[in-house]
Amino acid sequence: MPKELIRLSDCSMAFDGEVVLNNLNLYINDKEFLTLLGPSGCGKTTTLRIIGGFQRQTSGDVFFDGVRINDVPPHKRMVNTVFQKYALFTHLNVFENVAFGLRLKREDGKKLTKSDIASRVSEMLDIVSLSGFEKRDVASLSGGQQQRVAIARALVNQPKVLLLDEPLGALDMRLRKDMQNELKRIQQTTGITFVYVTHDQEEALAMSDTVVVMEKGVIQQIGTPEDIYNEPKNAFVADFIGESNIVDGCMHSDGVVEIFGRKFACLDKGFAPMEHVDVVIRPEDVDIVDVKDGMLTGTVTNITFKGMLYDIIVDFKGFKWLIQTTDLSPVGSKIGIKIDPDGIHIMKKSEFSGVFGDYSSYSAEYDDISDVEYEPDGSDSEAAAYET
Amino acid sequence: MKPKHFTIPYIGWMAVFVVAPIVLIFVYAFTTASGELTLANFARIAGFASVFVNSFRLALIATLICIIIGYPVAYILSKEKMRIQRLIVMLIMLPLWMNFLLRTYAWMSILENTGLLNRFLAFVGLPMLRIINTQVAVVIGMVYNFLPFMILPIYSVIMKIDKSLLEAARDLGAPPLSVFSKVVFPLSLPGVLSGMTMVFVPAVSTFVITQLLGGGMVILLGDLIEMQFLGAAFNPHVGSAVALVMMFIVIVFMYVMNKFGGGEGRTVGL
Ligand SMILES: Nc1ncnc2c1ncn2[C@@H]1O[C@H](COP(=O)(O)OP(=O)(O)OP(=O)(O)O)[C@@H](O)[C@H]1O
Ligand SMILES: [Mg+2]
Repeated sequence: MPKELIRLSDCSMAFDGEVVLNNLNLYINDKEFLTLLGPSGCGKTTTLRIIGGFQRQTSGDVFFDGVRINDVPPHKRMVNTVFQKYALFTHLNVFENVAFGLRLKREDGKKLTKSDIASRVSEMLDIVSLSGFEKRDVASLSGGQQQRVAIARALVNQPKVLLLDEPLGALDMRLRKDMQNELKRIQQTTGITFVYVTHDQEEALAMSDTVVVMEKGVIQQIGTPEDIYNEPKNAFVADFIGESNIVDGCMHSDGVVEIFGRKFACLDKGFAPMEHVDVVIRPEDVDIVDVKDGMLTGTVTNITFKGMLYDIIVDFKGFKWLIQTTDLSPVGSKIGIKIDPDGIHIMKKSEFSGVFGDYSSYSAEYDDISDVEYEPDGSDSEAAAYET
Repeated sequence: MKPKHFTIPYIGWMAVFVVAPIVLIFVYAFTTASGELTLANFARIAGFASVFVNSFRLALIATLICIIIGYPVAYILSKEKMRIQRLIVMLIMLPLWMNFLLRTYAWMSILENTGLLNRFLAFVGLPMLRIINTQVAVVIGMVYNFLPFMILPIYSVIMKIDKSLLEAARDLGAPPLSVFSKVVFPLSLPGVLSGMTMVFVPAVSTFVITQLLGGGMVILLGDLIEMQFLGAAFNPHVGSAVALVMMFIVIVFMYVMNKFGGGEGRTVGL
């Protein structure tokens, strides 16, 4: 039975009357890797700041190890933070940045010795591959190096909980993947609880034990990466995690859903008879067959070569689906499709119904647009400012 | 290239108003009245050693007092609400918009033996203070006149410190006092440094304050130079030599200070 370490209970946050977190209920277990995932502005940083003690929630309680810590100031909380914009001390070199927390630390009522601090710092710099950078001015480091200093600076204190606010945001793809593995390894070997913030769903699925999907200050779903991917609760989650075709459907009975006037077998049950629902069909769960064998017939309108597979857009009576396939069917050709019962996932209607899951506006650049590092708060210019 | 032409007025201005006077001072300092080269002017300076010592001592005291008063003011100010900050900054600058002489005259009437201060002391039954025409009065005058030049640079540097650094320090376990001593203070040093320059340099060369509040009893370098150029002692050659030596000492002083302070907060843009 995992032990609960942190609990947010009915936490709400409003700035000047504008609600940015709405009644958050969340518990985080000891040694867990939990990720807050959501688009920009959904309240991820605000949630972390409440846990770290930098922001006082407008209402609700925060518990640490069963103790209410609403009034405990940040320096007395057993958490450390990797800030979204690094927040490195520009007047100190790399070594002193990392040593900052150690110099304030008391173990058994005593300060750490110089040599103890030096060895812990160098060990930590080794872990983040920054050995030899001790004397460097932090302003002279690249964005990725600064980020790794920030990680080392927090981790060296061996906190119970590490809060990481998009710690890999400034890294290139390659380094990002390496650091993901590295962070995951560190988390597993140290047993430190990680509360990780990202808006990159792939990163969230790859690293986490638990994913918390947020939108508009509300938790949309909490679950394991598999749960979140296979059993999204609503159209927002289905669309945000991976690619999804989301269509209107009608539950005839347990295991039977009608889409585009045809009945399909599915595994979902427990809906009211004839209840209107959202149906999620992942692009990789659609099989292409001959028109005569197909459950539905559509016309191919667009093809994008993606290396291993083709992304094709298929028009079914004006509603466009994204399908991933290895077989090439030329644009304009008619194809039939088949979907296995376990390829269909049924969701209750929600405020997000009809907003997501249509590929009518699909273009080849679609992916690029949705995957760019969307940072409206100008962290790029921030990084540039550090260089000067 | 076009941009070059735009610099011509500045170069001209600098040549006429900055370089020319310095050249003149050099020429005067190394010549006699009849135009022969000499070092005698500098030899005479030895006789004014006490004026040099006094000037630097009083300017230093005034600078230190300005730091002691100005730093907390700037720090507390930076924590206020934006609206209040703007108001207070304006109040700090307000006296600067008034004539320097007038402001100093006002202090005369406050510090005089029969001035406001002593009348107040008499009123509450305390003994009278003899301040006017002493070094104390001169230092008060310096602090009063130059304090804004200490507060404002410190304030603007503190305001530029990224607030997330303070959060990071607290996150790493620093109680509020350590946040100040380990982050805010070192990062604000460049402001202190430029404040020191802006107070010390005018203080060391002032003559209005000494004449009005020191009543001729306190003679500093500014007075000495003024006397050599305009006063009874008329000798611009010695005056120039004094000015040169003072300039030299001030430059060395500033250089050492910048070197010493530069190691700390050099990344803060100033
Ligand atoms: N101090 C503040 N004052 C006013 N509004 C704020 C403040 N801090 C955050 N907000 C607002 O709260 C909302 C959530 O912000 P938050 O920083 O938590 O988003 P986020 O999920 O971390 O986004 P991102 O991925 O861009 O970092 C935003 O609309 C933001 O404008
Ligand atoms: Mg954020």
